[in-house]
Amino acid sequence: MRVGNIWQLGVKELRGLMRDSTMLILIVYAFTVSIYAASRALPDTLNHAAIAIVDEDQSPVSSRIITAFYPPFFSVPHLITQEEMDRRMDAGTDTFALDIPPEFQRDLLAGRSPTIQLNIDATRMTQAFTGGGYIEAILAGEISEFLSRYRSDGNLPVRLSLRARYNANLNKVWFGAITNVIMSITMLSIILTGAALIREREHGTVEHLLVMPVTPFEIMVSKIWSMGVVVLLASSISLIFVVQGVLQVPVHGSVPLFLAGAALDIFAMTALGIFLATMAGTMPQFGMLLILVLIPLQVLSGGVTPRESMPAVIRDIMLAAPNTHFIVLAQSVLFRGSGFDVVWPQFAALLGIGCVLFALSMRSFRRFLR
Amino acid sequence: MTSGPAEPVPVVARLENVSLRYGKTLALDAITLDVPAGGMAGLIGPDGVGKSSLLSLLSGARKIQEGSVTVLGGDMRDTAHRRRSCPQIAYMPQGLGRNLYPTLSVFENVDFFGRLFGLDQHEREDRIAELLKSTGLASFADRPAGKLSGGMKQKLGLCCALIHDPELLILDEPTTGVDPLSRRQFWELIDGIRRGRKEMSVLVATAYMEEAARFDWLIAMNAGNVLATGSPNDLLKKTAAPNLDAAFIALLPEDQRRGHVDVVIPPRVDGGGEDVAIEADHLTMRFGDFTAVDDVSFRITRGEIFGFLGSNGCGKTTTMKMLTGLLPASEGTVTLFGRGVDPNDMAVRHRVGYMSQGFSLYSELTVAQNLDLHARLFHLPADRIGPRIAEVEHRFDLTDVMDALPDALPLGIRQRLSLAVAMLHSPELLILDEPTSGVDPVARDQFWQILADLSRNDNVTIFVSTHFMNEAERCDRISLMHAGRVLVSDTPEAIVAQRKASSLEDAFIAYLQDAIGSNAGSELEADEIAASLAAEHHAVSDRPAGALRQSMRRMLAYMRRETLELRRDPLRATLATLGSVLLMFVIGYGINLDVDNLSFAVLDRDDTTISRDYATQIAGSRYFNEKAPVTDYKDLDRRMGDGELSLVLEFPPGFGRDVARGRNVEIGAWIDGAMPTRGDTIASYVQQIHTEWLAQKARQLYGDSSGLGAFQVALRYRYNPNVESLVAMAPAVIPLLLMMIPAMLIVLSVVREKELGSIINFYVTPVTRLEFLLGKQIPYVALAMLNFVLLAAFAVFVFRVPFTGSFLAFTFGALLYVIVSTSMGLVVSSFMNSQIAAIFGTTLITLIPAIQYSGLIDPVSSLQGAGAFIGKIYPAAYFVTISRGTFSKGLGFGDLANAYLALLIAIPILFGLGAAFLKKQAA
Repeated sequence: MRVGNIWQLGVKELRGLMRDSTMLILIVYAFTVSIYAASRALPDTLNHAAIAIVDEDQSPVSSRIITAFYPPFFSVPHLITQEEMDRRMDAGTDTFALDIPPEFQRDLLAGRSPTIQLNIDATRMTQAFTGGGYIEAILAGEISEFLSRYRSDGNLPVRLSLRARYNANLNKVWFGAITNVIMSITMLSIILTGAALIREREHGTVEHLLVMPVTPFEIMVSKIWSMGVVVLLASSISLIFVVQGVLQVPVHGSVPLFLAGAALDIFAMTALGIFLATMAGTMPQFGMLLILVLIPLQVLSGGVTPRESMPAVIRDIMLAAPNTHFIVLAQSVLFRGSGFDVVWPQFAALLGIGCVLFALSMRSFRRFLR
Repeated sequence: MTSGPAEPVPVVARLENVSLRYGKTLALDAITLDVPAGGMAGLIGPDGVGKSSLLSLLSGARKIQEGSVTVLGGDMRDTAHRRRSCPQIAYMPQGLGRNLYPTLSVFENVDFFGRLFGLDQHEREDRIAELLKSTGLASFADRPAGKLSGGMKQKLGLCCALIHDPELLILDEPTTGVDPLSRRQFWELIDGIRRGRKEMSVLVATAYMEEAARFDWLIAMNAGNVLATGSPNDLLKKTAAPNLDAAFIALLPEDQRRGHVDVVIPPRVDGGGEDVAIEADHLTMRFGDFTAVDDVSFRITRGEIFGFLGSNGCGKTTTMKMLTGLLPASEGTVTLFGRGVDPNDMAVRHRVGYMSQGFSLYSELTVAQNLDLHARLFHLPADRIGPRIAEVEHRFDLTDVMDALPDALPLGIRQRLSLAVAMLHSPELLILDEPTSGVDPVARDQFWQILADLSRNDNVTIFVSTHFMNEAERCDRISLMHAGRVLVSDTPEAIVAQRKASSLEDAFIAYLQDAIGSNAGSELEADEIAASLAAEHHAVSDRPAGALRQSMRRMLAYMRRETLELRRDPLRATLATLGSVLLMFVIGYGINLDVDNLSFAVLDRDDTTISRDYATQIAGSRYFNEKAPVTDYKDLDRRMGDGELSLVLEFPPGFGRDVARGRNVEIGAWIDGAMPTRGDTIASYVQQIHTEWLAQKARQLYGDSSGLGAFQVALRYRYNPNVESLVAMAPAVIPLLLMMIPAMLIVLSVVREKELGSIINFYVTPVTRLEFLLGKQIPYVALAMLNFVLLAAFAVFVFRVPFTGSFLAFTFGALLYVIVSTSMGLVVSSFMNSQIAAIFGTTLITLIPAIQYSGLIDPVSSLQGAGAFIGKIYPAAYFVTISRGTFSKGLGFGDLANAYLALLIAIPILFGLGAAFLKKQAA
């Protein structure tokens, strides 16, 4: 192994990338506009949740309930008739529909314990649970306050004070921005190395390399370091200028520690990219393989939905994916301000997975060159 | 043949003041030229003088920048004329089989072109049979074009060009890289066809002067200008040269002529004969049951120039790869400088320079950067690199192009660069695989002079393969190879003498014909072919079919071809269909929005029955798992910091006492907000449990009169009564997959044609943009619908998601949707030229929006900012509505009108954009 060779071959890769202006534009887009738009779009779980109310009572208590729903948690309630309710829910216009029955107030005051019907579109699961809970709490609050003017029996004075740590307002932009940076890292690392390798073969330049005094190991390492540097640089700039700058996400922890983790993640991902390229014979096949690998990596690594909610099998399988560990690491370091003493297991896992992937792709890369 | 008479000859093509630029480079400089009709016109000249550019302008493949081009009596700027005339023009671009489809068989390739030109089945079958028979390809009709030898590819290309019986046949270096026997057969074929159709005009660019000598009329070009025109005899007379090579050189401007000297190879000094540089001993290479190289042995001494000749695909390249260690031999040994070849032995590589057949340097690096990179990879000492590069630069005359990119250089200069790179590290052995293929005579002579100097002055051993006989004659010894075996190996003179032949070419062909068996009938057949093809002509020329029917045929031709290619690549189709089912399984099963298994612990500074009761309430819910209690704030910080605890409940001192006395107290709930979705869920769970606990306590303390029991909420989880994630997710995953996979497939199928060159068929055939796009799209829409059926079946039968609505409505929505997603692919593909960018771009515009903006997780109505806008216009969102509506909400056609409408509007917009951005000519 000659470090000089690895350096020279890597510089060649970088020069090649510099000339591909479409690719450069796409990289810039992926790390700026795409991240900005995607994280700004993320609503809080209950953000403008569409609610409609069928008010069959038309009483002070019902109007009190109607005015209790307002943005940003809920949209301003649409007042509809019962006939409209089904159609609107079918069309997906409303997620929640509250039906206040006739004579609700009278029954309430008479202590007959009337029933309010709450319809929830349960295909929208994210909002169904949280929203249902909120609506129940709001109803309870409004009604008990209403009743307290008429009745004076006691209420338990126990309050629950909810305090979210690390992100007091549970602002989704924070986490969303980081997840999107990680998404872009994954995508770019795999595509840059994998597709570039297939292109070299389709254009016959790999063969030329092999008659020179360079080993497959040197070729592979040079691809990994050069593309890795590009991705790392892009993600650092994105983290500092887009995430911290434009999106105003407060970072509690150490950015260098995060970037060290990112470097390990990129190492594993670029090795994976080479592995996929050696599996696929042509670019269209690589494209398909890429989709097969990227979607689970994006969706199941804990960035989109919490890992806690996944079935145990999937959770265990996804432990083999570098992303999974990297997302945990990113959360700990950036938001909880953890140091290396806390996240070392993630570092170890990333390094381990990276080495295994590297060894695997090294083996198939040698075969690929034959 | 002699030149035409003095009276005005009919003209097939006329150029007036035509100029063409690529960026800053001027390829054609105000050319004015008339090409006579009904003859065979040849374009000769060095590489990069604009021959190919001129031909591509004449064929309509490239857009005219300046001047006017008239072909077959019409202006080639005029789209209508191009459309009318292109069925009469056939264009075969440069490069072996560049416009062919490698996975399609010989028959299917010709058949595709026949369909493109609107021939009906009867015509096609007859003509293809004739053409394949006449080119000797009939017995290979089922072989994929990619597996043909170079000569056969060119014959197939000719078949494809001749299928529609053109009036003007344009051939761009059709015999470059083709062995002498195939070359001879190729021209016999053309002659035969021309005898049958005297009115057909043929325009050929060639690098072989002996071929040009047989043409009726020649155009000599240099540096974007026409040097001279006229019959070969005219040119010879004008320059008083003995042959065309010399005539051409004489025509060159003074300063370029000066660079040329005849190649002089001094005889070898005796004594070099003992030192063996390279020895092959019974080399055999098998690929499966095919023997590519069969028992080849030779021994080459130091300083020798050893020529390697043979027909295309005879095993020359394979042998050379074994010599360099690129391919391990199945049997036999190779010895270089007395050492066995070991692919891992870096020391040997320093002593060998290899130049592969195709250009294999980096097109993204400049000439100087390429040289520098190779110098460093071969570990030249840092202080030697500069001088060595300067030396090579001077020797190979690269000074003017040091900062240019290789792609912008003519082939001859690129080959010089390749040679410069191969010998930059002063190797003792050069292995050159067809180094002069496609290089013009002047550059070839320069090239050989360099080889001669290397051999005679520096004692470098040279192992070179070639198709040029005058080059073979310059070698010290040559080997003739056919079908993996060496037929003869000797000095060129001895070989000619042995066969008693008049030239080396004749001797070579004689050996080959002996090896192949009788081949004498070919010339006799040529006349028959001519006659039969001519007779056919009338049947083809008056085609009765209507315009619409023709158009349908062309579209179907593309569609059929795309389908065939898809079928030939079963891996891609399998990945697309089964892969999507696999993805659906993983995602549908993996995304579960019902969060449980949350870890929590208590910081209980009260530790009374009542606080423990509260904690038990939380621990008893199915959402939370209790961990060891938290001891103090430091412990809390640490355990929440490393993510061990998602929720910590803090009871203040005196909590139980205060509750009992009815004083205001507060329970603190610390929630890990690092992941906000999870934080929200935890908050709502805790809130709910808290409310329940209060109600329970209130009933215990105050009885039923408590305000908390004053009313009830009846929760109706509609469409998904058990609130199962699968029911919510499976219908939403289908749109995600049907967006990404069809888009990716179609983008790559179009961009691949651009990158690999077969897009030229779209430029020069009568196929319109609409026909091309539809023909590409339909197979992928069909594949996507197959995918759809699989996914829907999987959701219903494996995931057991109840399907309550109209399946027909769902299918109709899916059809609209996959048309949209493939159209999106077409739009993307019109912007991309490289496959890498295409893959990245497609992923960016499909994966992220489809996951984030289409209601997979968060409802579109809740999105904000730019995302809300994207969610409104992104088609996936509408199909999510259709999918969830038909799956869970029992909806049918009427209920989904809005969603259909949105998709219906998107189709013409996207398709229109795709068609508008697609270029029908190269820029």
